[in-house]
Amino acid sequence: MAEKIIYLDNNATTRVCNEALESMLPFLREKYGNPSSMHSFGGEIGKYIKTAREQVAGLIGAADPQEVIFTSCGTESSNMAMRGLTEPHKKHIITTKVEHPCVLNVAKHLEKNHGYKVTYLGVNSEGALDPDEFKDSIRPDTALISIMWANNETGVIFPVEQFAAIAKEKNPEVLFFVDAVQAAGKIPIDIKNTQIDMLSISGHKIHAPKGVGAIYVKKGTLITPFMQGGHQERGRRGGTENVAGIVALGMASEQALKYLDDETTRVKQMRDRLEKGILENSFNARINGSRFNRVPNTTNISFEYIEGELILLHMSDLGICASSGSACTSGNLEPSHVLRAMGIPFTAVHGSIRFSLSRYTTDEEIDYVLEKVPAIIEKLNSISPFQTELKELKEIKTSVKKQ
Amino acid sequence: MWEYTETVKEHYKNPKNVGSIEDADAIGEVGSIACGDALKLYLKIDNNGIITEAKFQTFGCGSAVASASILTEMIIGKTVREAEQITNQDIADLLGGLPEQKMHCSVMGREALEDALANFKGKPTEKKIKSKIICGCFGVTEDKIKEIIRKNTLNLVDEITNYTKAGGGCGKCKDDLLKILNEEISKRNNGAKEKPLTKTQLILKVNKILENKVAPELRKDGGDIELIDIEDNKIFVNLQGACKNCPSSNLTLKNFVEDILKEHLGENIEVVEA
Repeated sequence: MAEKIIYLDNNATTRVCNEALESMLPFLREKYGNPSSMHSFGGEIGKYIKTAREQVAGLIGAADPQEVIFTSCGTESSNMAMRGLTEPHKKHIITTKVEHPCVLNVAKHLEKNHGYKVTYLGVNSEGALDPDEFKDSIRPDTALISIMWANNETGVIFPVEQFAAIAKEKNPEVLFFVDAVQAAGKIPIDIKNTQIDMLSISGHKIHAPKGVGAIYVKKGTLITPFMQGGHQERGRRGGTENVAGIVALGMASEQALKYLDDETTRVKQMRDRLEKGILENSFNARINGSRFNRVPNTTNISFEYIEGELILLHMSDLGICASSGSACTSGNLEPSHVLRAMGIPFTAVHGSIRFSLSRYTTDEEIDYVLEKVPAIIEKLNSISPFQTELKELKEIKTSVKKQ
Repeated sequence: MWEYTETVKEHYKNPKNVGSIEDADAIGEVGSIACGDALKLYLKIDNNGIITEAKFQTFGCGSAVASASILTEMIIGKTVREAEQITNQDIADLLGGLPEQKMHCSVMGREALEDALANFKGKPTEKKIKSKIICGCFGVTEDKIKEIIRKNTLNLVDEITNYTKAGGGCGKCKDDLLKILNEEISKRNNGAKEKPLTKTQLILKVNKILENKVAPELRKDGGDIELIDIEDNKIFVNLQGACKNCPSSNLTLKNFVEDILKEHLGENIEVVEA
């Protein structure tokens, strides 16, 4: 492994912030009691969970902290929202083609094994949904609408607040669930002023440890618990609380709220500088997804005619961590379903690289990446069998620059 | 993260023989962009049929670059005939192995070479096109699947996917893959059965059964057994030690020795005391 690590893969996971780490340690040491116990040694733990619930509610703008239920991860939260449907005669679900697998695969499962009809909404080349198509897809028997707030691969933001309003106007009974795993801590969320019924977040994407997440369930929303068990979380999620994780998630949420301004200014500036520098120095680079309607930390860049895994391997040797939508990086052989849904050509999908920054990213790191990456791309361009296409692309870019 | 060997890493970091040859004597091309990888191989071949120069360009991952790079090193200096003998397993072996899911990269190297050599000999490569396409996602033909199963002695559908990508997309062709695989496996097994044993092979086999399955039991009672001869379906043996004078020796022969041998050689044999 390279000595120096430039971590630009924060949509995959993040570094645990010191505040969260410090906050959780007592619960791994002396404060090991079970909040369900009758003795005060255990019982007093409950008040720390209460604080954490308030902190998470603060990050997403929930009216009542009781609307926050702790889970083990974002995936569990999605499963809870989607599998907990309580009206058996309603058999229609609406979602999008670009959701995270934790929504997409649950939708496919419900479709295959539980008699649901699922509408998968497509996106345009910018990664945006069509509001009219969305409105038309809502039916009287639509039980659930599941749409992500921000896309994990491109960072593109969906107007879920407007969509929830549209949905409720057409069908007031429909449940509206939002996967906000990639939005929390990156853009302001004020759930109490929306018509969203459920919303999921994941700890390790906002500088809390892995193994803890949460779901917001608006008061009065009926869903069956996904994890059956004891009376924890008021019977809505069984299982002894992951106290240390929950406390850390609370603290990380508080910090995320504090750093929200930093995210939308300093982090965004670094992301924009990185993007601009790469586009200027690599003629075959192109941005995937809307450049305006995005979370501030993410950029998805395709290097046409070269393959993503190869780029990642070369960057990794220099300590630069990112990810790719190429088929070669995953266990399966299909490239990114998100970029394919946007109609991006295969030659660009396979060469796509996602850089995702965080509050810990520095200007020096961006300088280093801008110094190293164009050289890697140039080297790899020479291996490509698409020399003619690359030459043409270069000529077009040069003539555009001259103009 | 894939676990690549040091040799693979060395080759994707510093690939050998990258580029094209303007006046190449043979060009091989495989793969497609939709599949995520493509490989072009250029060869210079002299009048003696020796490959003097080889270059490649690829749209592929680390293991695809490494496979192509090491392949060019393998074939330079070899005759066309020698190069034809190189298998995808040879490429993978020389790289110190590839992750199972990346074996198709070595197959791609082998196919580009095959395509180039066919191109050199002026043979049309129609054969591949004529064969039925089984996997629509990656355009893999029945002939290719059968060939890969045979050459790499594959036993699982997942292995076919690792080697050819077939079945790795929508997965609809997996039933067809299983059918082809079963056919190939039964061909493989019948092939082994159909060949009759030579007399020496039969003697060795019978002796092994007697030594391992029969004699240990007899020795427990102080007896033993010796193979004397085999004529057609008759196996002549001698009972020794305590068995020799045992009143139930005939019973031992027919009920115990003959049963065990029948189990391994089929019903059509007879054990006779020599």
